[in-house]
Amino acid sequence: MAQLNMVKAINQALREAMLEDENVVQMGEDIGQDEGVFRVTEGLLKEFGEERVIDTPLAEGAIAGCAVGMALYGLKPVCEMQFSGFAYQAYHQIEGHMSRYRNRTRGRFNMAMVIRMPFGGGIRAIEHHSESREALYAHNPGLKMVIPSGPRNARALLIESIRTLDPVIFFEPKAMYRAFREEVPDEIETMPIGKSQVVREGSDITLITYGAMVRPTVEAAEDLADEDGVSAEVVDLLTVSPLDTETIAASVSKTGRAVVVHEGPRTCGVGAEVTARLVENAFFHLEAPIRRITGYDVHFPYFAREQAFLPNADRIKHAARETLAV
Amino acid sequence: MPRKNIKIETKIEHLSILDEKGKFDTALEPKLDGDRLMYMYKMMLLTRRLDERLLNMQRQGRIGTYAPVRGQEAVQIGSVVDLRPSDWTVQAFREPGVCLHRGWSINTIIKFWGGYEEGCAVPEGVNDTPIAVPVASQVPHITGIAWGMKIKKKDDVCIGFCGDGGTSEGDFHEGLTFAGVFKVPAVFVIANNQWAISIPREKQTAAKTLAQKAAGYGMPGIQVDGNDVLAVYAATKEAVDRARAGEGPTLIEAVTYRLAMHTTADDPKKYRSDEEVKRWEKRDPIPRFEKYLREKGVLDDKTVEELEADVAETIKKGVEEYESTLDCDPLDCFDYLYNEVPAELVEQRAEFAACLEREGVRTGH
Repeated sequence: MAQLNMVKAINQALREAMLEDENVVQMGEDIGQDEGVFRVTEGLLKEFGEERVIDTPLAEGAIAGCAVGMALYGLKPVCEMQFSGFAYQAYHQIEGHMSRYRNRTRGRFNMAMVIRMPFGGGIRAIEHHSESREALYAHNPGLKMVIPSGPRNARALLIESIRTLDPVIFFEPKAMYRAFREEVPDEIETMPIGKSQVVREGSDITLITYGAMVRPTVEAAEDLADEDGVSAEVVDLLTVSPLDTETIAASVSKTGRAVVVHEGPRTCGVGAEVTARLVENAFFHLEAPIRRITGYDVHFPYFAREQAFLPNADRIKHAARETLAV
Repeated sequence: MPRKNIKIETKIEHLSILDEKGKFDTALEPKLDGDRLMYMYKMMLLTRRLDERLLNMQRQGRIGTYAPVRGQEAVQIGSVVDLRPSDWTVQAFREPGVCLHRGWSINTIIKFWGGYEEGCAVPEGVNDTPIAVPVASQVPHITGIAWGMKIKKKDDVCIGFCGDGGTSEGDFHEGLTFAGVFKVPAVFVIANNQWAISIPREKQTAAKTLAQKAAGYGMPGIQVDGNDVLAVYAATKEAVDRARAGEGPTLIEAVTYRLAMHTTADDPKKYRSDEEVKRWEKRDPIPRFEKYLREKGVLDDKTVEELEADVAETIKKGVEEYESTLDCDPLDCFDYLYNEVPAELVEQRAEFAACLEREGVRTGH
């Protein structure tokens, strides 16, 4: 067991995936010599050489598009988008080909590829470096959309994302990259895609979240216990597409109350889908309207205003208290 | 000395071997035996006759919108006829000639235009990609496949196509940029048919040729008479040999002409003159190749008649196969999306099945 932060844990997963399958190649901007702007690909160029750890020219569309070609040929490319805010140039290839090729060719070609990208706010970055657009990819048929929340699940989910023959968008909450360390087992560990986790058990209310919002949500749950004697359950979605309806519906069927938390905009966000699933699957257990604590339907502010803007434990607690008061 | 010329190593040649009158350059003429030449002619003829048939079928409402290929047969057959099965081709959306040579059934080719995903089900063992609808979006795939060949240390090549309109897209620029930097074994063929729907080639770029764009990507470029199958063959062979030898990619601009409409949904009279079309009809790739073959003693009236009959029979069988396999199962839109099917799709599939059953739509066949 080693104590690793998320950057180190993802790095370990990338290395392990390259060791276990020679078809795995890494490609992205500044991932080789510079070892990634967040150092996620540290040491990989040295260990695996420039044929498998590829510093590409600065063009997200071709990173994704060439990866589609490589996947057609039988390689397993793992692409890094330097920031999710620059991935829109690649979205054309993601929607147009990565998500469609298997279906289009009636299963003749798999798209066994992963596109990793750091997302979310909280690191005092300039414009286009803080958004949370996971709903865009979750809305897109044919993709799987995975979002870890800590070092251990990041490592396990990334290994699984690289192994699976389906295309995966892997969102890394960059505010969590170096936020904390966690024990990560030495031997390879995987977690299934499409399975959420109850990270804190409770009986009065369910708080549903993912990514960087898991920490303030757990903090809110602990405060609710300490300050109000409320037993809050916290579900970490881990995968937002496909969504684990069973886990969230079971939790809310037990507690009868729910608050959904995410950084991304509210309208048509993941919270909207979670709420719809709960209404469809746990309606008769609901004792209060479902609340959403999310980013607002505005552009993510520049960083002078970001801490004020981001959902926090206080807001989650406040929403939970209002929900409990119904 | 504030200003001096930078020497850029580039030359753009135009290659033509067989002209529209059937005259040819014996020094440049590729050495192809009679059977090979006959095969090329037959494939061009099959492409032409299938195209005519599909246009008719569209007019009769037997298939949907169709993108005709009339006039571009030489680009397609000349460029791929020498490939190995382990080489790959990447088509845009107007390359039925490529598919016919590479082993796609006529049934599969028609299926796409008939509105069936089956038309993109690349036959097992055939290393091609299916039609890519968004213009030039397939160009980075050419690079990626060729890159895979390089990483896997194979001496195979990937030949891919796009149109003159496609050269304006970012995907074209990015795909060729990467191909140049990583020196992948790719051959990019621009089928410059002069018109991107209603936009003429001169409004696509101010550059004098499309071939010269190669210089910007650090690769050789050549312009060929795309209606001269011998020139297309010769230029592609050079490019393929270079790619196989590890010397990197090539850009080929094949100057041709779309004699028919962009698709059956537009009327070219709205944007181009009949005189222009007539001028290009005189440069039709098939009659000039026929003249060449007659002069070579490979073809005579009798063989042409036999070939026409053979091609007609092949098309007839293909159309019959298409029309006898029109049944499809709407439910199977769920069946190819993922390897590991999510629970929500299993539920949605069941819901859809119940709808179809209520509505009396036959499924499960």
